Amino acid sequence: MTKKDKKSEPENQAKKDFNFNGTWDYSPSPESTSHVKLKERYDLYIDGKFVAPASKKYFKSTNPANEQVLAEVAYANEADVDKAVKAARKAYENVWSKLSAKERGKYIYRIARLMQEKARELAVVETLDAGKTIRESRDVDVPLACNHFFYYAGWADKLEYAFPNRNVSALGVAGQIIPWNFPLLMAAWKIAPALAAGNTVVLKPAETTPLTAMLLAEIIHESGLPAGVVNILTGYGDTGAAIVNHPDINKIAFTGSTNVGKIIQKAVAGTGKKLTLELGGKSANIIFEDAPVDQAVEGIVNGIFFNQGHVCCAGSRLFVQESVAEEVIQKLKDRLDTLYVGDPLDKNTDIGAINSKEQLETIQKYIKIGKDEGASMYESSCEIPEKGYFVRPTLFTDVAQSSRIAQEEIFGPVLTIQTFRTIDEVIQKANNSPYGLAAGVWTDKGSRIFNMTTKLRAGVIWANTYNKFDPTSPFGGYKESGFGREGGLQGLGAYLKIER
Amino acid sequence: MSSYMNRNKTFKNIPDFKLSPAVDKVGVEERVARFQTRSIKNESKVQGLKMVLNMIDLTTLEGKDTPGKVRQMCYKAQHLHDLQEGLPTVAAVCVYPTMVAEAKKALGDSGIKVASVSTAFPSGQSTREIKLLDTRFAVDNGADEIDMVISRGKFLAGDYNFVFDEIAAIKEACGKARLKVIFETGELASLDQVRRASDIAMYAGADFIKTSTGKIQPAATMQVTYTMLCAIKDFYRKTGVKVGMKPAGGISSAKLALHNLVMVKETLGSDWLNNEWFRFGASSLANDVLMQLVKQETGHYQSADYFSID
Repeated sequence: MTKKDKKSEPENQAKKDFNFNGTWDYSPSPESTSHVKLKERYDLYIDGKFVAPASKKYFKSTNPANEQVLAEVAYANEADVDKAVKAARKAYENVWSKLSAKERGKYIYRIARLMQEKARELAVVETLDAGKTIRESRDVDVPLACNHFFYYAGWADKLEYAFPNRNVSALGVAGQIIPWNFPLLMAAWKIAPALAAGNTVVLKPAETTPLTAMLLAEIIHESGLPAGVVNILTGYGDTGAAIVNHPDINKIAFTGSTNVGKIIQKAVAGTGKKLTLELGGKSANIIFEDAPVDQAVEGIVNGIFFNQGHVCCAGSRLFVQESVAEEVIQKLKDRLDTLYVGDPLDKNTDIGAINSKEQLETIQKYIKIGKDEGASMYESSCEIPEKGYFVRPTLFTDVAQSSRIAQEEIFGPVLTIQTFRTIDEVIQKANNSPYGLAAGVWTDKGSRIFNMTTKLRAGVIWANTYNKFDPTSPFGGYKESGFGREGGLQGLGAYLKIER
Repeated sequence: MSSYMNRNKTFKNIPDFKLSPAVDKVGVEERVARFQTRSIKNESKVQGLKMVLNMIDLTTLEGKDTPGKVRQMCYKAQHLHDLQEGLPTVAAVCVYPTMVAEAKKALGDSGIKVASVSTAFPSGQSTREIKLLDTRFAVDNGADEIDMVISRGKFLAGDYNFVFDEIAAIKEACGKARLKVIFETGELASLDQVRRASDIAMYAGADFIKTSTGKIQPAATMQVTYTMLCAIKDFYRKTGVKVGMKPAGGISSAKLALHNLVMVKETLGSDWLNNEWFRFGASSLANDVLMQLVKQETGHYQSADYFSID
């Protein structure tokens, strides 16, 4: 066949692939760490002072991208928790509840501004400690965390307008336990509304990501916030349990795994403590045949690979209408091949390190389960670093609703793909989960979006986008994804006693 | 080169252009913002900037163009900045049909192509007959490439067959010259329409699709270029035929040009990162790129007076 003949029958040629490597590669572009000086050791922040733990024990926090130790952190025990709760109670009774609401707001604004001033430092430390990419900590985590403080600062002196015709009052001391996926952001989600509502706080960051919480403690100290209003204790699960079980706490706010959430709910039952739980998820991302396909593919990628999939509302169950399934999956595979996995500090990295060795093993376990279940796996062709905890972005097709990988939360960059034929079918399957945190709907048809939002049992539903967060918008789940809302007015109400 | 002739006749399954895929503007803006956060440093910056120079269609399209002006621009096209070694030439010069012969002569055997706008550029408000004559005139004078404009009025009125047939007819008149089809996206107003125009042009035989004439604002925004790159990608998957992309108008900084390359690399891949498949239509981009390249070597920015204007 001559060249011309070939050209004259282009449609007979095999489907063409794209070459995403070679020719022009990006040079390494690491964010500088020279402006960051971590201490060798971080103590507990109790009653406005940095103090050594009663346990005399410290544990190490490591960088999951290279397994190097970043700093030692105090391990708080029951005695430390008791000391912190007493400090918080004293501060609540003597200072914070006596202060005018306007003054309370000023402190919160001050914390927000100090965080903005130190935004670069916070972003770099977050990336070092959590393994998330600098692009995300710089563009998402830190700015959003600041915005939560700014937003709730504004409410501090307007509580009676937030809940008209009601009498509102603070609860007292709030015990807050946060996860490792968005360390600073979760601290902001918890502390900002608690302070605005007039409570004092005892907060425990996760054991693998304590450093930005300690930087936040330094910022809070610098802001001149009265001693004891915010206390930050680092430690493990038993530290958290001591907070949950402390009799002088009025409110527990927990974000983390569903298993721990269940334990907390049992522990709190009958104690009169107010409780909000923000737990796991296995959220459905639904692509209809009329969806803007290229943007939907972007949304799928953002939905599951944002923060290495360590997102409670990650769009980990993809449902694609059968008529476009082949095209969507093909495009998704192409897109996977253009994702850069590696050094989280490099400004061009799209997917960073898995947060801990333990989580890496969990993800690998589920990938094996997926293969054993007979699902077809596709992983991106990228190279991953030898040292540190990394996983290639992974897709599973030929997955059924009864597959374990489609039922259980993996909390990693692993997407399961199912196809569907009709709207009723996809609504049924999307709701057929013990979880109900979030969902995504992709369609060009406005009426279908509204139909879906009324029928999907999930706390957050995104239309033609995914993983969008804003301080003004409430966030929280149905069923095993927890109860209570964070963010917005609802998030403020969770820290108030609201009476007629 | 004859394989470019009448290529439109080889597509058996021409789709219904009313059913071109939907494009979500918010999603496109978000994707484009992601490209803009790519950090291009050191060697990749130097390599990228040289690629940009080599992809430029150095352009003059003014009522006051003269043979003298065109000759000077053609010299610049071959000698971008002789003080700097190892620089490529531009890909082509782009002129009105009456200047094609002059440009052809001035460029000699340099390998730089001569592109000519045609079809009653920039408005396209003329008869088919005149547009064909305009095209043939440019080709007969030696144009290697023809940049035609689509009839936006007919397109916006929904007469897609007219637009398709016109492109196919001009393509036939091009002979062995490659055809770039300009949509004037600033007049099409929505990304859905940009996508539809891209599909029509590619099935009608375009070798390149091009955003703008440079006479209307907004011109080559990254959102528009990205939408067209996605169309090229889908077309290649379906037909196995590659189509080139030319953003034109409004790309005057090296940084924006590099972001465009990032977008090409991550949407279509390396095979499009050369001047056979990607061009910048620009009159003032080259000097900013040169300034950046010199800075990359010396560590200092020189003033604009150190870079020639032709």
